[in-house]
Amino acid sequence: MPREKRITYLINLSLIILLFAIITILEAAGIFAGYMMSILRLVTINIILATSLNITVGNLGQITLGHAGFMSIGAYTAGLFAKNIGLAGVPGYLIGLLLAGLFAALFGVAIGVPVLRLRGDYLAIVTLAFGEIIRVLIEYFDFTGGAQGLNGIPRMQNFTVMYFVAALSVALMYSIMTSRHGRAILSIREDEIASESSGINVTFYKTMAFTLSSFFAGIAGAMHAHNIGTIGAGDFGYNRSFDILVMVVLGGMGSFTGAVLSATVLTIVPEMLREFADYRMIIYSLLLIIIMIFRPEGLLGRKEFHITNVINRLKKKFGKSPPKPVSVSPKPDAAEKFDRTDSSSKGRGT
Amino acid sequence: MNVLSCENVGINFGGLKAVNDFNLTIDEGELIGLIGPNGAGKTTVFNLITGVYTPTEGTIKLQGVPINGQKPHLIVHQGIARTFQNIRLFSHLTVLENLKIAQNKDMSYSPFSGMLRLGKYWQEEKESTEKAIEILDVFDMTKFAYQAANSLPYGAQRKLEIARAMATDPKLLLLDEPAAGMNPTETDELMDTIMLIRNEFGITTLLIEHDMRLVLGICERLTVLNYGEILAEGNPREIINDPKVIEAYLGKGE
Amino acid sequence: MNFLLQLLNGLQIGSIYALVALGYTMVYGIALLINFAHGEIIMIGAYTVVFSIQLIFAGTDIPYVFAIIPTVIICTLVGMLIERLAYKPLRNSPRISNLITAIGVSLLLQNTMMKVFGAQSRSVPKIFDHKPIEVFGANISISTIVTIVVTLVLTISLQIFMKKTKYGKAMVATSEDYGAASLVGINVDSTLTLTFAIGSALAGVASLLYVSSYPQAAPLMGSMLGIKAFTAAVVGGIGLIPGAVLGGLILGILEALTKAFISSRLSDAIVFGLLILVLLIRPGGLLGEDHKEKV
Repeated sequence: MPREKRITYLINLSLIILLFAIITILEAAGIFAGYMMSILRLVTINIILATSLNITVGNLGQITLGHAGFMSIGAYTAGLFAKNIGLAGVPGYLIGLLLAGLFAALFGVAIGVPVLRLRGDYLAIVTLAFGEIIRVLIEYFDFTGGAQGLNGIPRMQNFTVMYFVAALSVALMYSIMTSRHGRAILSIREDEIASESSGINVTFYKTMAFTLSSFFAGIAGAMHAHNIGTIGAGDFGYNRSFDILVMVVLGGMGSFTGAVLSATVLTIVPEMLREFADYRMIIYSLLLIIIMIFRPEGLLGRKEFHITNVINRLKKKFGKSPPKPVSVSPKPDAAEKFDRTDSSSKGRGT
Repeated sequence: MNVLSCENVGINFGGLKAVNDFNLTIDEGELIGLIGPNGAGKTTVFNLITGVYTPTEGTIKLQGVPINGQKPHLIVHQGIARTFQNIRLFSHLTVLENLKIAQNKDMSYSPFSGMLRLGKYWQEEKESTEKAIEILDVFDMTKFAYQAANSLPYGAQRKLEIARAMATDPKLLLLDEPAAGMNPTETDELMDTIMLIRNEFGITTLLIEHDMRLVLGICERLTVLNYGEILAEGNPREIINDPKVIEAYLGKGE
Repeated sequence: MNFLLQLLNGLQIGSIYALVALGYTMVYGIALLINFAHGEIIMIGAYTVVFSIQLIFAGTDIPYVFAIIPTVIICTLVGMLIERLAYKPLRNSPRISNLITAIGVSLLLQNTMMKVFGAQSRSVPKIFDHKPIEVFGANISISTIVTIVVTLVLTISLQIFMKKTKYGKAMVATSEDYGAASLVGINVDSTLTLTFAIGSALAGVASLLYVSSYPQAAPLMGSMLGIKAFTAAVVGGIGLIPGAVLGGLILGILEALTKAFISSRLSDAIVFGLLILVLLIRPGGLLGEDHKEKV
């Protein structure tokens, strides 16, 4: 491992711990009450959901509308596991999470292999359909608790555990997306034909991205199940998938830091708007439209926020020679790749 | 030894014979031009060789091994790389990343190794970067390494596409109208680049081109395609004086 | 006999899907946009039916079916307004921004209606006040017959409009290429607005027919209806008028038969299963072609 990389990792790790320490202190000081902590637990879950969807939508460049379906598979797997086999404590919780992820990933492969050859909007509508089928089937069968939902899932609301599971998940997703596998996935977003003729196995990498995405959605689902204790298939309808998609798009498709940021903001802000509960969803949807009109590439575009870049800039300012940039983010162009050329090659522009 | 041989290759699109009875043998180190009027089927030949289309007739062999019917990415793995008429780059990624994607097939670390940043990840990434920089050096493009591909000037984008094809370590390079849209100065530079690939790396090259200055300047042998069939073959001087070829391009004189 | 009745039921709901699917398919064919807000137009139409009957027709001798006039007008206006305010500024934006905007508009309409009229559903008075007709011993309600006939007539008229009139041809040209269309003198902006207007007017008709059989209006009623109608359009082959009708009818019949003979709880899963099956076998839908990107 090169030296400057090691420094970057250490800085990032210390920042994650620092943020955790701040939250813990605020909680201990009584500034963050139980209500705030419950919102922050939701934040950890939504961060995993948004970053995992970012892999398919932002990095692979395929629009999917069934993310909540994979979340529900994870939630039910963890719920049923905890109720029927049930291992105690944090290790049991983590095993449940892993199982939930694996099971969701299994569904991801099974659904991804046939549907990923569809393009653009067709893929969007088919993934929406799969999400709905999963929902209907969960309600139909009895072992899932049927339409009444699954009750009495052991609660696990330990913020420390949830925080570090989220941090680890994001770190793992980010690392793989900046490895050769992630580059292959990005190349499919950029130009599928060029990718194929550069030797990339497009089918394989599409499936890999979709599977990874489902795996982490499953983990988030499991955390959700343990967080609220009662789940119903109705919680995982297409509206939920839309919510997650909105987080990814607002943050900037393809940007992990953007997804983390917007998942945080979009979880906290609606809660703040609760005082205006009646108008909350109206404001929310208006904001969505306005942001799309005025900043369609999302808040961060494709940029990633790197703390090391900030440090280098500061060093430069104070006269020290900066080390080579650790990672080079692509130019923050408008997300024009999602243009209209994917499913039909119509000439556009008036 | 011949690198590529097409034997009686043909393809039908719903009854329409886009390419028919196409024969071509290319020896190692040759630089060959494929020319012909628009719509003659030149790009279709490229698509057949690279596996985008599967031939309905005939056999395509790379170094004596049949490759027709294989998936495009596997054909790349066996040593055929190409560029496109309308440039196809990974626009928002850096120049270096463009090349490293083409080297993916020669890297072997697993997703877990990438996820957990194990030793193999660091080693292979380092090697890949070094190799990519080497190629960029040859093309005199190292200064662009960390720029997004779509921020490059047009000529440099064309060159990058060739460099990316070279990064797959090909035995045969197919260039589809590399000089399209270039001004004379850029074309001159391109000719140097193509000669460089041949002389420096000894890569066998087949190129489609309309710019006769380029074709006559660098190609050793030409194949002329018209209505999906071979019209003439031979050295450039013979070809441009061949009445059949002149007729195909300009129409029959009165 | 029960089978025949269910088949007719299926044809009826299928006709409504077809009318809604026509709106999706026209907008998609021309603007390449999944207009998720289209389902909400139905919902607005249903409310318009409720209020126009309450405020205008109740107590008069005018038959309630004339509520179709204000309903179609309101739906058309709302559709045009949405196009102008939300989609037009995004004409040259990435496709996913359009999709998100459509979702945003859909949420906005749902929540605004919920805020203004409340979340509970409102019942709609009987629109076709006529006894069921007996055919071969089965009682067929008048709204079933009207729905099927109206859909048939509207589809044929739309097809003729697209093929024969100047405006229809302009739409077809615009769907091929915006730039080329404007080069030959077609006003792309007004063509797109017209597309939304026609689609929304059809949705207005569909909403009256819908509440004539399912007499309730609620803020969220359009959501699932819309998604199913879009599914129908994709099953038939999106962008194609006959495709939307074929898809709508198949979906309606499949749904009715599943509800009657297999399980009402599984009907949604079977409908969406059909979509997946069709797309896997024929990626362009039943009547569509699969376009591959040219190298």
